[in-house]
Amino acid sequence: MNVIRKKYPIILTYIVLIVAGAVFLLPFIWMVSTSLKPDTQLFVSPPVWIPNPIAWENYYRAVTVVPFFTYMKNTLIVASLATAGAVISTPLTGYSLARIKWKGRELLFIITLAVMMIPSQVTMVPLFIIFSKLDLVGTFLPLILPPCFGVPFFIFLMRQFFKQLPRDLEDAARIDGCSEFGIYFKIMLPLVQPAILTVALFQFMNSWNDFIGPLIYLNDEAKYTLQLGLQQFKQAYNTIWNQLMAASVLVALPIILLYFFVQKSFIQGITFGGVKG
Amino acid sequence: MFSARTIAGIRPRMVWKRRGIESRRAKYGYIFALPWMTGLLFFYAYPLLSSIYYSFTKYNVISPVEWVGLNNYKELFNDPLFWTGIKNTLYYALFAVPISVVLGISLALLLNMPIRWRSFFRTVFFIPTLVPVVATAIIWQWLLNPQFGLINHLLETIGIGGPPWLGDPKWSKPSLILMAQWGIGNSVIIYLAGLQDISKDYDDAARVDGASGLRKVWHITLPLLTPVIFFNMIMGIINALQVFTLPYALTYGTGNPANSLLFYSMHLYNNAFLYMKMGYASAMAWILFIVIMTITLLLFRSSSRWVYYHGDQ
Repeated sequence: MNVIRKKYPIILTYIVLIVAGAVFLLPFIWMVSTSLKPDTQLFVSPPVWIPNPIAWENYYRAVTVVPFFTYMKNTLIVASLATAGAVISTPLTGYSLARIKWKGRELLFIITLAVMMIPSQVTMVPLFIIFSKLDLVGTFLPLILPPCFGVPFFIFLMRQFFKQLPRDLEDAARIDGCSEFGIYFKIMLPLVQPAILTVALFQFMNSWNDFIGPLIYLNDEAKYTLQLGLQQFKQAYNTIWNQLMAASVLVALPIILLYFFVQKSFIQGITFGGVKG
Repeated sequence: MFSARTIAGIRPRMVWKRRGIESRRAKYGYIFALPWMTGLLFFYAYPLLSSIYYSFTKYNVISPVEWVGLNNYKELFNDPLFWTGIKNTLYYALFAVPISVVLGISLALLLNMPIRWRSFFRTVFFIPTLVPVVATAIIWQWLLNPQFGLINHLLETIGIGGPPWLGDPKWSKPSLILMAQWGIGNSVIIYLAGLQDISKDYDDAARVDGASGLRKVWHITLPLLTPVIFFNMIMGIINALQVFTLPYALTYGTGNPANSLLFYSMHLYNNAFLYMKMGYASAMAWILFIVIMTITLLLFRSSSRWVYYHGDQ
């Protein structure tokens, strides 16, 4: 009796999780299945789960009917430069806020937290006006420049990490005659590598998935990023589901693969705000 | 431990020395924070202030700025699409947020059970959040296709005639709310981390007192989880009130059918970048900002009544 009472909730948990998991996976399975279907098996009833023959050419067409690799190149340029910028700028500020005492430091920290609350819609219009006056609309710079100066959430994350480091390390280095920049670059920065990886990952993913930024600033098709290109493809080929799915798989895959390599950094970045913040 | 006398002898000089270092280091504090202070000025402070100014003007980027006083705000109140946007956005937030809170907590509680393949299940629920929004829109438009979609086919096999989903103004918002739940993985991960932070002592105490199963969840786990629930709710509401990319990608910005998917931020975007009404859009942005701030403040006010911060925080 006791064993049954104990086992019962666990079995129920498995059942619910398996059913819910299947529901969450279904869109993926259907996406991959559709992406490999020949045109003739798209609109049939009952639906075909395993395409026969497998139409690999959908992938070939998805990358050739639109300049897929140009979009990919543009996205990589924007994402890697924005990531490099964020990785350089945010630890600098985080370090200053966590480990150097200076007048106004607390104020800067409070302002940094406060600007996270500003909806992007408020700054969107004036920023566009600034960039259009600088004649930068249509270039990648409006998408790359802001993270190069700092991203509030990442600064907050870096600050918390720098705060945890022991004081003795920098004291020892200072006695050895290490300069302030030397202490930062040679001693402190290597110690917060996991946090830097998290910042890099999230900035890269944000740039990769960004839709409204490119939508506002990029008007020439040759400059489109993957998200805009995919939207354009969707609008032009809105019933050719197999090719649309193939393109969607190709756009989603890099980030999903990235997740399997650096799962820990993902989880760390997500739980940071909610639990430890 | 040092005795009081040794400390008295050594401490003052150490403190004095450190203070000297600190004051010399202060300038590096400014130097290290300089890029961010510049960024704050250009990308946050100036846009924030000039957006107030623009909201009282008529400006299309090409012709000179024209001061119009409160005209934009007056015009807004007579703009039917402004009200449509508000109604749609509130409808969306009112359903999407509570559903995602309940669903997110439920999934996290299940994933917190002593089960095998926990990381596998966690991955299953998390991966949809990695799919770019445009791809999400494409996948779901195909799944919810009224004639050939998989979902209506599955409904048919159990004898239910599926609705036209995104094609019908009555069903389009429920469809969007359903789609949004696919991306719930982020908050599940946060709830799960919150659950794992809850000390095992509470568990043991509950067992000693004879509480089990759902009673324990309701009386012990959930109250201890309220800070995390509060965080997810605030973020959920802020994001829901700004919903943009998914409905934009689905409808190319039109908000069809019958403006049922025209959300506030979409109307704002269209005014700014389709009609180049920068002043009008800025007025909209400020109304949104004030609404978000008010709701957040009210929630914080209410939090003392239901959010339980336990001692070790």
